[in-house]
Amino acid sequence: MSTATAEPRLSFVGEIANLLHAADGNPLTTCIQCGTCSGTCPVAGFMDHTPRRLIAMIRAERKEQVLKSNTYWYCASCYQCTVRCPRNIDIAEMMYALKRYAIWKGQYKDDLIGPVFSETFVRTIMSSGRSYEPVLATSYLFTYGFQDLLQEAAMATGLMLKGRMPLLPPRIKRLENFKRMVRKIIPVGEK
Amino acid sequence: MKKYAYFPGCSLEKMARSYHLSALEASRELGVELEELEDWNCCGATAYFHVDELLAYTLCARNLAMAEEKKLDVVAPCSGCFKNLHSARSHLKKDPDLAEHINEALAEDNLRFTGESAVRHLIEVLVQDVGLEEVKARVKKPLAGLKVAAYYGCQILRPRKDHEDVERPRFFEDLMSAIGAEPVDFLLRLRCCGGALILTNREAALGMVRNLLDNAVKSGAAVIATACPLCQVNLECYQTQVNAEFGTSFKVPVLYFTQLVGLALGLKPDRLGIGSELVNVTPALASVGNNGAGAAGR
Repeated sequence: MSTATAEPRLSFVGEIANLLHAADGNPLTTCIQCGTCSGTCPVAGFMDHTPRRLIAMIRAERKEQVLKSNTYWYCASCYQCTVRCPRNIDIAEMMYALKRYAIWKGQYKDDLIGPVFSETFVRTIMSSGRSYEPVLATSYLFTYGFQDLLQEAAMATGLMLKGRMPLLPPRIKRLENFKRMVRKIIPVGEK
Repeated sequence: MKKYAYFPGCSLEKMARSYHLSALEASRELGVELEELEDWNCCGATAYFHVDELLAYTLCARNLAMAEEKKLDVVAPCSGCFKNLHSARSHLKKDPDLAEHINEALAEDNLRFTGESAVRHLIEVLVQDVGLEEVKARVKKPLAGLKVAAYYGCQILRPRKDHEDVERPRFFEDLMSAIGAEPVDFLLRLRCCGGALILTNREAALGMVRNLLDNAVKSGAAVIATACPLCQVNLECYQTQVNAEFGTSFKVPVLYFTQLVGLALGLKPDRLGIGSELVNVTPALASVGNNGAGAAGR
C-alpha cells in the first residue's frame, strides 16, 4: 500500500463480491481466466469487453472502465457461461449485480436502452401488476431510425390483425393490496 | 386427473394467446388440469431483477403463496416465468430471514410463502408426469414426416435447476418423436434467441435470430417448435426484420410444442390458436396431412 493517509475503504472487487452475496457460485477471485464464458457467450462479439475480460477488470479495480462498459447491459441472461464455468462462478448473476450497481450509482452510458427499459418495466408493473408491451415500447422506439421504425410498425400491425396486440393495459384485481405489499418492501413514508 | 396451479404469465394474455389456448387444450386431452391462479401478477421478467432483487423475489413469492394456498404445484408455460419462480422459491427456502421479510409484505394481501409448492415448466409436466408412453398412446393423428427443429432456448435448462443434463438434453426431441414427428439434428437448439435484447440491443438480437433460423433451415426443419413465448416472438415475428437486415428470405413457421402435441392428439387447429401466426404454417402442416386451414376465419 502506497500511502498511509488513504482512508480504509472497500475495494471494487470487494464491492462486487458483496453484491453477489446471494448467488450460489464461487467468488470472482477464484476465476482462472480460462475464457470459457467468453467463448460460449452468444453476445460477446457486440460487447465492449468479453465476460472474461470484465472479470479481470473488476479484479484489477478498473471501476470506471467497468461502469462505462456495455457488457452487462448486453447480457441476454442465457446462463450458458454460468453452467459452463469450470470454477462454478455464477457469471450471469454477476451481470445482474453489475446492472443493479450501475443503476444504483446512476452511472451508465447514455446511449444504452437497457437501463431505461428496466425502469419503464418496473413502473408498468408497479401501477398494474402486469407488464404491457405498448408502454414498454416507449423506452426503445425513440432510438430507432426511420427504416427500423417502419419495420416495427409493420410487425405491430401484423400482430394486431392477428389479435396478438394488447389494446388495453391489463391489471390485477387486488391492486390495492399489491401496492401496499410493494410499499412494505420499499417504504415511501405513507401509512 | 392431475391438477396444477397454472401461471400463464403476461405474454400469454395476448401476444402468445395461441400458447395459452393450446396449453390448456393439449393438457386437458392428456388428463392434466391447469387451474389458472386467480389474481397472478407479473413474475418480474428479466428487467425487474436489474433494479431490485428484493422486490423481484416478492413479486414471485406472491404467486407462489397463492398456489400454496390451493395446495397445488405451479406450472409455467413461459421459460422466463419458470426460471424466475423456480429460482425465487429455491432462494427463499434457503434464506428464511429473507422469506420472513417478504412474508411481512405478503401479509398485506393476506398471503404467506412457505415453499411447499414445486415449480414446473409445462413441457416437464408432459414429458415426466404424463410420460412419453402415455402421450404416444393418446396420439390420434401422428405428425408423420413433419421435420421439426426442437428449440430448447435457455431458461428451461439454464441455470441448472437440479442435476439435469444441460448440455445434451433429449426430452424435447423425444416428445416430438412421441407425436410421430421427425426431430432434425438442430445444432443450435440450446443457443439463445436474444431474449429481451430484441428490444434493448436490436442489432445483436437480430443476428442471433438469423443464426438460429439459418441453422434450423439447414438442418432440414419444416417447422421450429418452441416452449417459450419470447423465443416464439423473436424467431417468428422478427423474421421479416431479419430478412430486411441480412438480405435473407426465411419463411419458417414457429409453433409452440403444445400446438404440435394438440394436433397429434386430434384437436382442431383453431382450438390450438393455429392461424394467428405471421409466418403461415398451413403448407408445412398440409404436407403431413394435418390441415391447419380450418383456422382461417378466426
